[in-house]
Amino acid sequence: MKQYTQLAEIQADLRAGSLRCEDLVRQYLAAIAARPEINAFLEVFEAEVIAQAQAQDAAIARGEWQLLTGLVLGIKDNIAYKGHVFSASSKILDGFESLFSATVVERLLAEGAMIIGRLNCDEFAMGSSNENSAFGRVLNPINTDYVPGGSSGGSAAAVAAGFCHASLGTDTGGSIRQPAAYCGLVGLKPSYGRISRHGIIAFGSSFDQVGPFAKSIEDVALLTQVMAGPDAYDTTCSTLEVGQYVPIATDKKYKFAVIKELLSGEGLDPELQAAFQQKVAQLKAAGHEIVEVSFPYLPYAIPTYYILATAEASSNLSRYSGVHYGYRSGNATDLESTYKKSRTEGFGEEVKRRIMMGTFVLSEGYYDAYYGRGQKVRRLLRDKSLEILQQTDAILTPTTTGTAFKFGEKSDDPIQMYLEDIFTVLANLTGLPAISVPFATHSNGMPLGIQLMGRPFAEAEIFALAKALQA
Amino acid sequence: MKIDLNTVDRLAHLARLEFDEATKGKMLDDMNRFLEFAEKLNELDIAEVEPLIYMNSDHNVLRKDEVMQVIDHEAALKNAPKRDSDFFRVPKVIDK
Repeated sequence: MKQYTQLAEIQADLRAGSLRCEDLVRQYLAAIAARPEINAFLEVFEAEVIAQAQAQDAAIARGEWQLLTGLVLGIKDNIAYKGHVFSASSKILDGFESLFSATVVERLLAEGAMIIGRLNCDEFAMGSSNENSAFGRVLNPINTDYVPGGSSGGSAAAVAAGFCHASLGTDTGGSIRQPAAYCGLVGLKPSYGRISRHGIIAFGSSFDQVGPFAKSIEDVALLTQVMAGPDAYDTTCSTLEVGQYVPIATDKKYKFAVIKELLSGEGLDPELQAAFQQKVAQLKAAGHEIVEVSFPYLPYAIPTYYILATAEASSNLSRYSGVHYGYRSGNATDLESTYKKSRTEGFGEEVKRRIMMGTFVLSEGYYDAYYGRGQKVRRLLRDKSLEILQQTDAILTPTTTGTAFKFGEKSDDPIQMYLEDIFTVLANLTGLPAISVPFATHSNGMPLGIQLMGRPFAEAEIFALAKALQA
Repeated sequence: MKIDLNTVDRLAHLARLEFDEATKGKMLDDMNRFLEFAEKLNELDIAEVEPLIYMNSDHNVLRKDEVMQVIDHEAALKNAPKRDSDFFRVPKVIDK
């Protein structure tokens, strides 16, 4: 099977008549069936995606082309697709079928995308290794001893394994960029408010964003272009005009900020540290400017994130009561035990831990000391980031502190797992757009990602900056 | 600060969750580690800092207030774990 890096190559073959959408879809279906152990998909919409492909082939025969003709997409199972089961990888949504499609799904389908299935993830998008799914862990297709990252682990594994061309994930603290880095892909968390969240299961509403995974920056830019823009069903979605993301400008010289405190390499994998330094030197040699900046608040980012995100999660997840939809415990005898037993039996361990921590930081007597304090530190983090981005075009960091880790390595210690998010949470705390791009391979054979965080709504620039990294 | 098992019980009730003796101890340990970790923020002087509450770039994006039929009654009940004709069915709420 021919491996395609870019949609443009698929569309070229479709135009030349050497490829049909149906053949392409059948190749992906065969690839999925050949490696069931990866467990990336919770459900493959086989008959439906074949029908979509046949309809696309008929459209092509009539000369009708759309922006995403030929693009086969997987969607994370916290993104609604009308008439399809929808679980967020949790038992608590047992039997739930979505009554409508997310705005992003409608926009992608309207541009010719074919949806091949729904993808496994950490339960309610809470996790960094995809070990928290109620439907089993996802393996990293590059080396199955390693985690694919999380929480959008299935989204990353599916594209890396060649099960689909691109996928959607969600990113609350790094859940697109970290798995993209672990699986050698490009992944974008757009600016807060750039893409509608109508139809996305809420986890941390001041953090959550939906975004694409693909093998190329071009395809990530194209998918962002199709999804971005105001939506009458999401009041947090910005009315700012969407820029032109494709084609990507590539001729400019940029100013990259590098955080001084990171240069010492403390806590970083030494090979990652060396590769990062080498990339910085390369950028300089190519005529870009590197500005060393101090970011003394960085160590406060993770505790701030976990205080605020667990608080929001405890509130958002209060809707799962066992009454109107999803799982209801058979052991319940009255209304209160319906709530308690349904939730206790329906939620997994990590979700319960976050609900409990969030309940604590919002509880009487502790609100100001934890939640209120977190909101203040959040402002410090945002102001400092914006200050740096006034003098530079982007903040450059590694995406993670090392390569993907092995299963079980961090799963006994939640705090150790949370520290995974050190470089990614800042973009969610500040609402800024950030992209992870693969930039090196470790001697253990696993890919490494580099991250760019840019100005609010500067997605077009982020893609151009990312291209400069790959040059 | 450290919390105790009574606090875990109180929070569990607020969150409508239950923990048996075995899982309660682990939850207590995990929460205490988290609180210790969260105390890092006490190092910062934030007395003069305004909290950052809303991340939206523009405020109050409203659509026209028009009556729309988004889903019908039957669709709304489709995912009900238990139903009784036109209603969600729940265990008895009031004891006589």
